[in-house]
Amino acid sequence: MLLEITNLHARVEEKEILKGLNLSIKPGEVHAIMGPNGAGKSTLSNVIAGREGYEVTDGSILFEGQDLLALDPEVRACAGIFLGFQYPVEIPGVSNMTLLKAAVNARRKHNGESEIAPNDFLTWVREQAKKVKIDPKMLSRGVNEGFSGGEKKRNEILQMLVLQPTLMILDETDSGLDIDALKIVSDGINALRGPARSTVLVTHYQRLLDYVQPDFVHVLARGRIVRSGGPELAKELEEKGYGWLEAA
Amino acid sequence: MAASPDAAAVQNIREVTEMVASRKLYSAGFITDIEADKVPPGLSEDVIRLISAKKEEPEWLLNFRLKAYRRWLTMTEPEWAHVSYEKVDYQSISYYSQPKSMKDGPKTLDEVDPKLLETYRKLGIPLREQEMLAGVQNVAVDVVFDSVSVGTTFKKKLLEAGVIFCPLSEAVKTHPELVKKYLGSVVPFADNFFAALNTAVFTEGSFVYIPKGTRCPMELSTYFRINERNTGQFERTLIIADEGSHVSYLEGCTAPQRDENQLHAAVVELVALDDAEIKYSTVQNWYPGDEDGRGGIYNFVTKRGDCRGPRSKISWTQVETGSAITWKYPSCILRGDDSVGEFYSVALTNHRQQADTGTKMIHIGKRTKSTIVSKGIAAGRGQQSYRGLVRMLESAEGARNHTQCDSLLIGDQCGAHTFPYTEVRNPSATLEHEATTSKISEDQMFYCRARGIGEEEAVSMIVNGFCKDVFKELPMEFAVEAQKLLAVSLEGAVG
Repeated sequence: MLLEITNLHARVEEKEILKGLNLSIKPGEVHAIMGPNGAGKSTLSNVIAGREGYEVTDGSILFEGQDLLALDPEVRACAGIFLGFQYPVEIPGVSNMTLLKAAVNARRKHNGESEIAPNDFLTWVREQAKKVKIDPKMLSRGVNEGFSGGEKKRNEILQMLVLQPTLMILDETDSGLDIDALKIVSDGINALRGPARSTVLVTHYQRLLDYVQPDFVHVLARGRIVRSGGPELAKELEEKGYGWLEAA
Repeated sequence: MAASPDAAAVQNIREVTEMVASRKLYSAGFITDIEADKVPPGLSEDVIRLISAKKEEPEWLLNFRLKAYRRWLTMTEPEWAHVSYEKVDYQSISYYSQPKSMKDGPKTLDEVDPKLLETYRKLGIPLREQEMLAGVQNVAVDVVFDSVSVGTTFKKKLLEAGVIFCPLSEAVKTHPELVKKYLGSVVPFADNFFAALNTAVFTEGSFVYIPKGTRCPMELSTYFRINERNTGQFERTLIIADEGSHVSYLEGCTAPQRDENQLHAAVVELVALDDAEIKYSTVQNWYPGDEDGRGGIYNFVTKRGDCRGPRSKISWTQVETGSAITWKYPSCILRGDDSVGEFYSVALTNHRQQADTGTKMIHIGKRTKSTIVSKGIAAGRGQQSYRGLVRMLESAEGARNHTQCDSLLIGDQCGAHTFPYTEVRNPSATLEHEATTSKISEDQMFYCRARGIGEEEAVSMIVNGFCKDVFKELPMEFAVEAQKLLAVSLEGAVG
């Protein structure tokens, strides 16, 4: 098992959001987590990545068998967890290349490897940038500085391609994307699909799942997974909405 | 006049001064004898006469000092700056202590504070230079540089270009006409309390003259001024760029500099004649005191440039990370038509450091233009103030200024303040002022950490990004060092 979440309870500012969530993900699987607003989807993403302010009150998360909750967020990232943000933040003056290089070298240091050679790195990043149609000039611009919504999301996928994580959590990566951008982003995600790498797609809509085929679809409502199924469940949700499940 | 603490010592000084005055000739042997004497703490006209005599100064310079001293006695220490500190006892300072004895210094690096060495290591300073900076015995600066013969090559090249670069006290003897013409012409002796004090007692500093139409073949650096080991407590620097010339001057270095003198009151004067350009870059990293604010340097500096000729340009760039208290406003007088003044500043205060820094741009000439970019960073319990004046006189037809003043706060116990002053007497002038105050957001920190970057590195990266507009004005190698310096200075600012 790559990720094993058992009876997860978590709260934000005294308010319990996750109330006994269970989820198991094997290597190579793609899981979609869908659900109505306020169900706890973003809370789940943030708890896995280790954001401060999200307090786990009960339950456990194991990643490759180790206790994830005991690790700092940067250590989780170095261990292979990647969170693609719903609203990527701007960091003025820090170039995309600077951030990418710091991230790559942090992971190499974590793995006891030496820093990457600048030329190898540049070549590698440019190759990946091409896949998500990011102009090399954008690499020297500040992180997400003045980027459009679509550019920010593509930049998240670029970081993911560069870092090659083991577990990719994409928090509403499809929101605010036009159809062309959605295609590019999906291609980026699909390019990383492989037997050793797993994906969690957190989304509202069926749309993304037309491009990235999930193995499993889960419905998150009232702080827990209320239904799981195959890709057909997403289609059913698209037709019926969430109401019938919430009432259940 | 203030009384000296030690009557016998005063008597001693009187006698020596009288001897000097009666001889009128100063043999080397005699000077050596004086240097063996310990000049007691305290300031009086006699002490100033002694300093002047030791430096073998002409009468006009002694009179200049005395005039400044007499005015200083009537002045009071400025209190308008947003800093608080224990007042200096000016009678407890020894105003003539060079050459500094190496006997008291550590014998090897093993005797140097390991914390200091650790910082040198982080900054990537070579071992020989570490020894020099830590004041290890018998390591002369010229040895360090002669070993790679930088010093020699350097002097030869300057000589070929006709550039004069020497200690100010030497220039007084070798180029008295230049010194007499320009010294005090930008910062008058009674300009302010600290400038008056400096004028009365300055003992060290640099003199630079770039001849007409000459582009100085290399960046001039105090680092390479091999005949002076210690930066003086009362430094005085004078740089003159003659018509159509160009010079870039670097002051200080990134290594933390320890000094037993608490008060530093330097004066820097720049003169740019027609079409000349002076670029003056500073990295100031004096001892900031410990985490609780004990010790540390008071850095009370007067820096001013005079764009005297048309189309001249003076550009100040500073990275201020050291000192317990900083009081510093490198300024430009834009006298010549179409002259340009620039001020780029990064100032960082961590722990209990306080900085009140900024600039003055005085527009006199037509179409004069000034740019101010100030980046203040406050962490720990640091206090950070930007204070800037833009004055446009009636004559400044079509003058322009753009000011950008940003503050970054790290933590919730520090403070950032902005005090902009503007005076516009010509309706055709244009002024723009942008100011922001921001914090390193929790979102930015989490974003970096979620990419695997640890907290300290993330803060340092974000701060460097914040300072980018200033760092790009620094000479290349200085910019790299400045980034490392910020990282080291920010240690302990998070968590």
